[in-house]
Amino acid sequence: MKKFLAAILFAPLLTFAAGIELHLDRAPDKSNDMAALQNGAKIFVNYCLNCHSASYMRYNRLRDIGLSDTQVKENLLFTAEKVGEPMKIAMQRADAKIWFGVPPPDLTIIARARASQSGSGADWLYTYLRGFYRDENRPTGWNNVVFENVGMPHVFWELQGDQVMGADHTLKLVKPGKLKPQEFDAMAGDLVAYLKYMGEPVAEFRKRLGVIVLIFLAVTFVFAYALKREYWKDIH
Amino acid sequence: MSKMTAVLQGTLNWVDERFPLTSFWKDHLVGYYAPKNFNFWYLFGSLAMLVLGIQFVTGILLTMHFKPDASLNASGVPVSFASVEYIMRDVPWGWLIRYMHSTGASFFFAAVYLHIFRGMLYGSYRKPRELIWVFGMLIFFLLMAEAFFGYLLPWGQMSFWGAQVIVNLFSTIPLIGEDLSLWLRGDYVVGDATLNRFFAFHVIAVPLVLLGLVVAHLIALHQVGSNNPDGIEIKKNKDANGIPLDGIPFHPYYTVKDIVGVVVFLMVFSVIIFFMPEFGGYFLEYNNFFPADPMVTPAHIAPVWYFTPYYSILRAVTYPLFGIDAKFWGVMAMGAATMVIALLPWLDRSPVKSIRYRGPLYKGFLAAFIASFLILGYLGTMGQTPVRTIVAQICSMIYFAFFLLMPIYSSLDKCQPEPDRVTSK
Repeated sequence: MKKFLAAILFAPLLTFAAGIELHLDRAPDKSNDMAALQNGAKIFVNYCLNCHSASYMRYNRLRDIGLSDTQVKENLLFTAEKVGEPMKIAMQRADAKIWFGVPPPDLTIIARARASQSGSGADWLYTYLRGFYRDENRPTGWNNVVFENVGMPHVFWELQGDQVMGADHTLKLVKPGKLKPQEFDAMAGDLVAYLKYMGEPVAEFRKRLGVIVLIFLAVTFVFAYALKREYWKDIH
Repeated sequence: MSKMTAVLQGTLNWVDERFPLTSFWKDHLVGYYAPKNFNFWYLFGSLAMLVLGIQFVTGILLTMHFKPDASLNASGVPVSFASVEYIMRDVPWGWLIRYMHSTGASFFFAAVYLHIFRGMLYGSYRKPRELIWVFGMLIFFLLMAEAFFGYLLPWGQMSFWGAQVIVNLFSTIPLIGEDLSLWLRGDYVVGDATLNRFFAFHVIAVPLVLLGLVVAHLIALHQVGSNNPDGIEIKKNKDANGIPLDGIPFHPYYTVKDIVGVVVFLMVFSVIIFFMPEFGGYFLEYNNFFPADPMVTPAHIAPVWYFTPYYSILRAVTYPLFGIDAKFWGVMAMGAATMVIALLPWLDRSPVKSIRYRGPLYKGFLAAFIASFLILGYLGTMGQTPVRTIVAQICSMIYFAFFLLMPIYSSLDKCQPEPDRVTSK
């Protein structure tokens, strides 16, 4: 009987082992690296914020990563008049749909949406941005390892160069770009760090506040427990 | 007596002649005698009340900034979805309020599941507490409705497709199904009409009834008095003044004890809110960070963890019966699985209430039940495979067997004698 129960209990574990596994490269953690975040913001505004909006993100929120209103205004404000405005784009969604098949998605919280059991959203984005390869069957001439038949062409092709998919399902750089592979990876890492920050700008503050809240509650616990002991000492 | 005290006493008398303030305080707090041997499991009732309070307060604050509107804004994002991100970014402390509310939903179910389990451990549903149990189960049903309605509001992919799947279940009912699901949605697809009516149910209709039921649950409890881990009645042994010998006043003893529980609870709650608000995709599903898109069906639609055991039972039914689709019977099985819990007071024939004095048969069945419930919950988060479906079917059988065979095994069981007075272990 016991063996039977054990078999019932553990049988499912075997079946859970098999699932959809997506191999993702680990994105470097640059959450507190202000230079990397600022570089990521620069890349985002220059390369992404033409087709993709980030419509919940206000420019002046970039103060979180050490940029003043003046710095934002002089260097990053291409699509808006005032620093308090959100990162919107001029391209019409109806036009975009005709050009790309689907309108490019808003990227504000893409780093949260792309998380899965296979890895964090940052990991997905890091793999995605470095995973474009030549595919003549696609209208743009590009395909991607984690996003099959992606509508977006390889925006960084000049920097990364051309990759092709080998017969062993690994990518090979056949034509070098302007950046060395390590430099390109570092750049992609900065952009991903920025996207992760933009997904939840309050995240770092939230964690710092959490420590204070827990310390407060720990102290409260001591007093609450002492009070309970005092009242209950006569109850047997 | 100082003049101040006299004035306060006068005011209290004035109120008492018009409203039963002092007698309420006496009947329900300082003069309500609870068994002195409550253990860890008895914290979850008050914790569920605390979460209810948190959900009310944070919910009201969220309502001030949330906009139930499925139309697309200029950036092509549904207004409802965008208003949640507005709360997360532009409303001062909005992120905290929102995380408290989203985490609170999961903690509400955690507290309620543990509270129900406590009732099963110590036979708290047995005579004379049948009505407390029935009111409690009604609270549980309404809580599920409340969570379901609320989950649509952020208008993400999982919100949309989850609602789509659940409302479609009603369309499997013969004859009236199609019209019924149309009537529920208010449209041919889940849309703006659905969003707005779910909002109305979520913020006023269900909470109003929920609150009334919680009051009824407590009134019924205070009418008969609390059960305890020994499952014996403390009212059988009273002193000369009619006070139970094993009873202690709820206030201050259990208020100070519950405060300790509340602080520990808040620590766990804070760890989630401040360090892992998504809780690995179980409290906030990753796919729900994509706005609802009726044109893109997610590869894998999973409900939030607290619904997964019942979702598994729904999917486990794969045989059509009497010429009616298997889906319909799945819905029936899912409904029966939740409702059968309410019948426990009439299914249990054991001479003792508490697990402490029950025999091996009940303990074995309870263990199998808990294991099957957890496995069903886990399976509900996963996609289906033939093997998983068979496992879910076996677990569903165990789930129902626990309840339906209870009249037999609970009366056959070899129980130990109950003590006369409560014990403290």
